[in-house]
Amino acid sequence: MKTKSDPRPSSPSRKKPSKVWQLRLYVTDKTPKSQTAFSNLKRICESHLKGRYRITVIDLLKHPHLAKGDQILAIPTVVRRLPKPVRTFIGCLSDFDRALVGLDLRAAE
Amino acid sequence: MKIRARKTPPKGARLPKCPTGIQGLDEITDGGLPRGRPTLICGGSGCGKTLLAIEFLVRGARDFGEPGVLMSFEETEAELAANVSSLGFDLAGQVRRKKIVVDYVQIDPGEIQENGEYDLEGLFVRLDYAIKSIGAKRVVLDTLEALFVGLHNEAILRNELRRLFRWLKARGVTAVITAERGREQLTRNGLEEYVSDCVILLDHRVNDQIATRNMRLVKYRGTLHGTNEFPFLIGDTGISVLPITSVGLNHSISNERVATGIPRLDAMLGGRGFFRGSSILLTGTPGTGKTIFAANFAHAACQRNERTLFFSFEESPNQIVRNMHSIGLRLEPAIKKDLLRFHSARPSLYGLEMHLAIMFKEVSTFQPQFVIVDPITSLMDVGTPAECRGMVTRLVDYLKERQITTLFTSLTQAGHALQQSEASMSSLMDSWLLLQDFEGNGERNRVLYVLKARGMAHSNQVREFLISDRGVDLVDAYIGSSGVLTGSARVAQEALERASGLAVQQEAARRKRELGRKRDMLARKISELRSEYETEAMELRRIDEQVGSRSLVLGNERAALGRLRQADVMAPAGTRNGFGHKNTKT
Repeated sequence: MKTKSDPRPSSPSRKKPSKVWQLRLYVTDKTPKSQTAFSNLKRICESHLKGRYRITVIDLLKHPHLAKGDQILAIPTVVRRLPKPVRTFIGCLSDFDRALVGLDLRAAE
Repeated sequence: MKIRARKTPPKGARLPKCPTGIQGLDEITDGGLPRGRPTLICGGSGCGKTLLAIEFLVRGARDFGEPGVLMSFEETEAELAANVSSLGFDLAGQVRRKKIVVDYVQIDPGEIQENGEYDLEGLFVRLDYAIKSIGAKRVVLDTLEALFVGLHNEAILRNELRRLFRWLKARGVTAVITAERGREQLTRNGLEEYVSDCVILLDHRVNDQIATRNMRLVKYRGTLHGTNEFPFLIGDTGISVLPITSVGLNHSISNERVATGIPRLDAMLGGRGFFRGSSILLTGTPGTGKTIFAANFAHAACQRNERTLFFSFEESPNQIVRNMHSIGLRLEPAIKKDLLRFHSARPSLYGLEMHLAIMFKEVSTFQPQFVIVDPITSLMDVGTPAECRGMVTRLVDYLKERQITTLFTSLTQAGHALQQSEASMSSLMDSWLLLQDFEGNGERNRVLYVLKARGMAHSNQVREFLISDRGVDLVDAYIGSSGVLTGSARVAQEALERASGLAVQQEAARRKRELGRKRDMLARKISELRSEYETEAMELRRIDEQVGSRSLVLGNERAALGRLRQADVMAPAGTRNGFGHKNTKT
């Protein structure tokens, strides 16, 4: 599991958990699609949620039992665990605007 | 029990099969589903796709030692377990014993956003994980089409499905994929184009408010398979397919005869009754005593310690038992000894197939030597004539195969000699008895004929079928110039015959008496004549004597006269003198 928690805004986020976004990215190995998805997600987060997010990357080839929990079918899948409600995105997030709307970040802007 | 007849494919090049264990399905597929390949099961909603798939899985785990994975896209594990537990399948137990893994894949179209390229590797990972965790040999994907609802990029989806089926084949698992029936094609999303090996179509249709389920093998590569529609049903032991091809005309036959319980009827059938394992049709108009005949038949069998199964579609068991008391037939002992079992059901309770399946089941559990279906015509109301004929054919074949003697009663409409359905049904029957009403003289009487009895000499005579409080019996009907006479007409005719017989007897006696008298008279005459003769003979003797005595007297008188006249002494006198002389001398 290559877990990449963004270290910068770690301590203040603990006090306001609703402010910290918890995102999970499900991939299988380092396929091009997975790489693209990760970089796209990172870009969105960096531009809109700087310091308020944590991305967990889960490689299903290594941890196949984790697929059931978030009802993973497609790869790559991004699950927004927090804030509620849980949102699921599949695909490599190539459409930025659509992704932003989906993540409620456009409204948040 | 004999193994059912099946088509034999060329040996050697035989496709490896994966037995489903589902009653009848393995027969029509010649051994099961293609092993290591995907099979598509399609059909409308509620036609039993999921159940068939789960039964395949549970039976595999339970009966064939093949663990399985159930990937469900529609129902949760708990829902599925509850659904199939009523059919005798312990899905939860198999899951606990790690024989089956259930993976519920939830696809909520509202919560998933598609954005950019993706694949279904997640599904593959899950499936792979599940298969590996228990070493599964069987996989069920229950309604893969849910993917088409949840995911919108059809190009990706189709590509991934193609990959999925290839992947399943490569894994060597026997997969069952269910799919919803489409309007123009077999499945709504054209899944059949990915599955080339075996496609089974299920169908559930309603005729006259009675539903029938059908199964058809649309495609089965590398296997000879029946292309017919086979009715199937979902009972408390799961699915059973009832292939008509599973029974045939190659059953062994018996030369043994069984008595009917009516000695006169046995006499009409060559003196020994029906063949064991034959099918007997008893037709009759209402109230001709069909049930009584049947009960009598059952009673006779039970008396010989043979088991009888009585399917009654008109009366409840208790009613039959009570009614038979009126003819002095007591069925309770046989029921107590479990030699006689009743199965009563209204015909409209289920469809024909259900009736048939229940009958099969009852027969296989009770193992009777006799089966009575009273009346078979009740079932005719449930289905179309063709269905009924198919049903009766299967029933007859099934029972014959087991050497069970069967009596079908059949109700005919008064006034019609034969109904079409009966004529067609009769060809399935070995013997056909006809009970009929004769109306006349203000009364109705029952008569019985043997219309046909295959393979045995049988009487062509009409017999009167008598029902009394001492049971049933057959008596000779009077057949004369005025036709067949029964009942009081027969009795009257018999009285008439008796009367005329008496007259003849009396006439004979009179003549006899007359002759006697004549003889007596002659005898008297003879004795008269004889006495006359004797009288005359006596007279004659008397005359002779008279003549003799007279001549003596005359002689004496003459001698006396001579003496008187002192005539010369005649010899007789000399003799007398000699005496005198002698006397003188002394």
